[in-house]
Amino acid sequence: MVNAPWIIPLLPLIAFALNGLLRSSGRNKSQGYGWLSTGLIFGSFIATVLLWISIDTSATEEFVLYRWIASGGFNVEIAFLTDALTVVMLLVVTGVSTLVSMYATGYMSHDANQSRFFTWIPLFVFSMIMLVISDNLLQLFVFWEMVGLCSYLLIGYWYQRNSANAAATKAFLVNRVGDFGFAIGIILAFHEFGTVRYREIFENLGNADERMLTAIALLLFVGAMGKSAQFPLHIWLPDAMEGPTPVSALIHAATMVTAGVYLVVRLNPLYTLAPQALLVIAAIGTFTAFMAATIALVQTDIKRVLAYSTVSQLGLMFLAIGSGAYTVAIFHLATHAFFKALLFLGSGSVIHALQDEQDMRQMGGLWRKLPLTYTTFLLGGLALAAIFPLAGFWSKDEVLAMTFVKATAPAGSALSVFHGAAIYWLFYITGLAVSIMTAAYTFRMILKTFHGTPRNPELHAHAHESPWIMTVPLIILAIGATGAGALLGIPPENGLIHGYLKEAAPIIHLEGAAHPNTLVLALISTLVAGSGLLIAFGAYGKGLRIPLIARTLLPGAETLFKQKWYMDHLGDRFTVALTKALAFISWGFDVAVVDGIVNGLGSLTQTLSGQVRRIHTGQVQNYALLMVIGMVLTIGGLVLFR
Amino acid sequence: MSGMTTGEAALNFPFLSLGLWLPLLVGLPLVLLAKNRNAIALGALGATVLQAVITILLTIRFDRQASGYQFVESADWIPALGISYKLGVDGISILMVLLTGILGPLVVGAGWLTIHRREREFFAALIVLQTAMLGVFIALDFILFYVFWELVLIPMYLLIGIWGHERRIYATIKFFLYTFAGSVLMLVAILALRLYTGTFDIEAIPAEMADASRVLQRWVFVAFFFAFAIKVPMFPFHTWLPDAHVEAPTAGSMVLAGVLLKMGAYGFLRFVLPMTPDAVDETRGLLIVLSLAAIIYGALVAMVQPDLKKLVAYSSVSHMGFVTLGIFTATATGLDGAILQMLSHGLVSPALFFAVGVVYERTHTRQINELGGLASRMPIYAAIFGFFMLASLGLPMLSGFVGEFLVLVSAFEYAVPVGSIAALGVILAAAYMLWMYQRVVLGNVRNQAIMQISDVGWIEIATFIGLAVLVVWIGILPDTFVQLLSTATSSLVGQP
Repeated sequence: MVNAPWIIPLLPLIAFALNGLLRSSGRNKSQGYGWLSTGLIFGSFIATVLLWISIDTSATEEFVLYRWIASGGFNVEIAFLTDALTVVMLLVVTGVSTLVSMYATGYMSHDANQSRFFTWIPLFVFSMIMLVISDNLLQLFVFWEMVGLCSYLLIGYWYQRNSANAAATKAFLVNRVGDFGFAIGIILAFHEFGTVRYREIFENLGNADERMLTAIALLLFVGAMGKSAQFPLHIWLPDAMEGPTPVSALIHAATMVTAGVYLVVRLNPLYTLAPQALLVIAAIGTFTAFMAATIALVQTDIKRVLAYSTVSQLGLMFLAIGSGAYTVAIFHLATHAFFKALLFLGSGSVIHALQDEQDMRQMGGLWRKLPLTYTTFLLGGLALAAIFPLAGFWSKDEVLAMTFVKATAPAGSALSVFHGAAIYWLFYITGLAVSIMTAAYTFRMILKTFHGTPRNPELHAHAHESPWIMTVPLIILAIGATGAGALLGIPPENGLIHGYLKEAAPIIHLEGAAHPNTLVLALISTLVAGSGLLIAFGAYGKGLRIPLIARTLLPGAETLFKQKWYMDHLGDRFTVALTKALAFISWGFDVAVVDGIVNGLGSLTQTLSGQVRRIHTGQVQNYALLMVIGMVLTIGGLVLFR
Repeated sequence: MSGMTTGEAALNFPFLSLGLWLPLLVGLPLVLLAKNRNAIALGALGATVLQAVITILLTIRFDRQASGYQFVESADWIPALGISYKLGVDGISILMVLLTGILGPLVVGAGWLTIHRREREFFAALIVLQTAMLGVFIALDFILFYVFWELVLIPMYLLIGIWGHERRIYATIKFFLYTFAGSVLMLVAILALRLYTGTFDIEAIPAEMADASRVLQRWVFVAFFFAFAIKVPMFPFHTWLPDAHVEAPTAGSMVLAGVLLKMGAYGFLRFVLPMTPDAVDETRGLLIVLSLAAIIYGALVAMVQPDLKKLVAYSSVSHMGFVTLGIFTATATGLDGAILQMLSHGLVSPALFFAVGVVYERTHTRQINELGGLASRMPIYAAIFGFFMLASLGLPMLSGFVGEFLVLVSAFEYAVPVGSIAALGVILAAAYMLWMYQRVVLGNVRNQAIMQISDVGWIEIATFIGLAVLVVWIGILPDTFVQLLSTATSSLVGQP
């Protein structure tokens, strides 16, 4: 498999082509499309496992498929790079994709256009694989945009809904803003290093100008901010929940939105040499994690809670990167893929059971009706809340521990930007606050959905557990969400995944940093998460007036959170209105001034030629006259100026 | 050795003359003598297919490594004045030749569907137009070039003036006067070059101009600049374009956007860069600013157009801004990008105009706010339109991305702010295209007339697919095309 990595993207590509062709038969409603997609993506997963087994993790294999373009010095090949990082990402991508595709085969079985759905899903998987397996920045960018296209197509899957179309367009445009920075970063990297291949860039890092390195690092991160929904480019992701729920699980939680994290980790040798950029990444990650968690606390739509949670968790991954712990970012990415896909698919199971109702105010008491969904959802929730010993505990605990280590690193050690890097203390404490809120919103969601009395008895009466095709993926993901963290991450900082990724995505060793007692930090994390859980339990399980107290203590906070920190107003409406105003002004200028002058000249000529016409008979003569005058002027000019 | 001789024989065979005149000789009698509408269209289709096949063969036989002109034919025409009949192609023109050839049958297809009066004259004009356009790209004698350049105007004038919409007279006069003013200036420049170099031979002039004075270069440059800037059109000479497009019939718009605009860019590449290099150096800043203005301003104005066709027209202004930006940053990468962008735009914008025409044929409106929800009634059309919409906004794996990206690479080499501003145009392109698509194709049907309409038929699908194949090919395997260019572009900018 090391010699034939192209099989991995080829299989989903075949599924895309076949389903696309079969669609033209006009038969749109058949589970066959779903099974074909699932089967071939599963084949891709098997191929990835074979690659995993056969690969030498200390080495980097490259495989050139063909030359894409060679123009001047700009030379790009479509090529595959396989190393430990690729393998981890591919396992996550193909594994989750298989399960989601299987689930969707059931979830979408009543949809009249499912052939379209199962054409785009394998195209997405293909593009995502090509993104992850690329050996250069430009190929990554190409498929970065392709996964964005699939996201656009699938968010707007129900194209008769205006809200879905608006969300799809918004997602594309916000990502384009990020990609604007990304593209500039790639081009500057090309001019700085003379290449867009990772390996050659890394080889030339030593000769590069440090300010240019920081600029490139930050510009590429702007792309990551778009795709991975970091403030202020996060605004598209919550709206993206307009797409079918399996899409939310696959693209907008487990895989595509982590591409930004992957990008930065893939380029870790570059980022390590740009500590200012890492500080910016940590700051934006921390703020995003905090802001999104506060918004998640007040959402009433179950998918929106999960969407803001995803934004928040992606922020934590960037905090890990900003702390120089690349392995940990990927570790959290992997566990998050399990439990967040699980939670989304679980919410889909609930929505499916309640005839497409997503509002938690219409739910309640569902645990008896949906025992399997409930059990798996609870496990996913515990993992998200980072409760010992579930998956999220191990990875998130390490994110915070690494931030702690960074905070204690003395001045002059690697990565220190400011003296003592004291700002990382702020990041650490904010991270703890995010942990409390994460546990709180997770259990608020679980309690409102599954416990208490049914708030809509009619919907509740018709609720039914989902078929096996949907619950089997839930069970498999629940196993992962429960065990993956312990399996990969024990002992902390020295587990399987740390050993596996120590070459491709290392943890920067900080000379002189405190070596905290892991147990103590873990204990703090657990206490923090536990307190969040208790708050939610008190408020939504026991009916204590905690929300009321919180409102009194922090007046205005609820409005701020419910208005999503006014980011939609600023980022979306204001910018769009401004651009359109500029556009109208330009149009007015075009009609009145640019064209006005032309028409003015036109009527002037008409008036003049009206005079001329008295002497001459037709237009041809006028032109001849013009020509002669022009020639005389030019030749005269030549003679004069020679 | 025997391979050598067949190669030699092939080189002497007058491929270019064949491609130029045979379609005219075959097509005109067929069209003029045909008895009914379908026979007329089939005659025109046969002629243009013939031309397309010849241009494809030319492209295949084109030697990528060779520098200079290939398939050269030369004969005296008016010896007394030193005017000759000289044809040839190189890396700069080969893709334009291909584009002209391939668009021909597709434009005929569009005409077949949309033109319902005076078809004989329509298709005859189209055939003459095809010959004239091809002549522009392969003529190597300045007078011959000028004749073809002017000859293009006449059928185009007729296409808009006879088969156009309500304000066609205003639009044709504007189009004709504007471009003719440019042509006159160009003739002046040609005569000035002749006076200085003593030849009309396009191949010979650049070397002859090597030690021309700055002043001469400046005068020639100014005259050429207006001629070509109007044709492209560059900001602020673009206002004839939206009017011409809106009034032109669908097939006319396709040719106009597909090939005619490229003639201006071709003029810059073929004459201005090699013949007046110092004048370009002196004005480079201004030329780049005008290109950036076209990119940003064209996109902004496109964003708020209520008329679908005007939106596509202004998007052409923006996309052609990338072409001129690539030309005037004048690196090998920039020129490759500019020519790829010319090819891409030459495929995508005719497809978009055709898509607009398809809707107009069915609903008799082009107003965006009177459309909406087309996807419910026309799913195949929605997919096709979506495909070209994405190609236009520069989605990777489709044609638009490659050229624009190469131009950006070149623009950043020139200056980071220039590249950054140009890259903003890519965001704006996504904005106006996606908003347009959302309002026209997606959503609910608001206009009752749309409830009655049918999806695209097989001629329409075939036309679109013909364009789509190339759009995908350029996107996935751009190297096929870049290899045709690179020898010529790198020698043009003096880079290895």
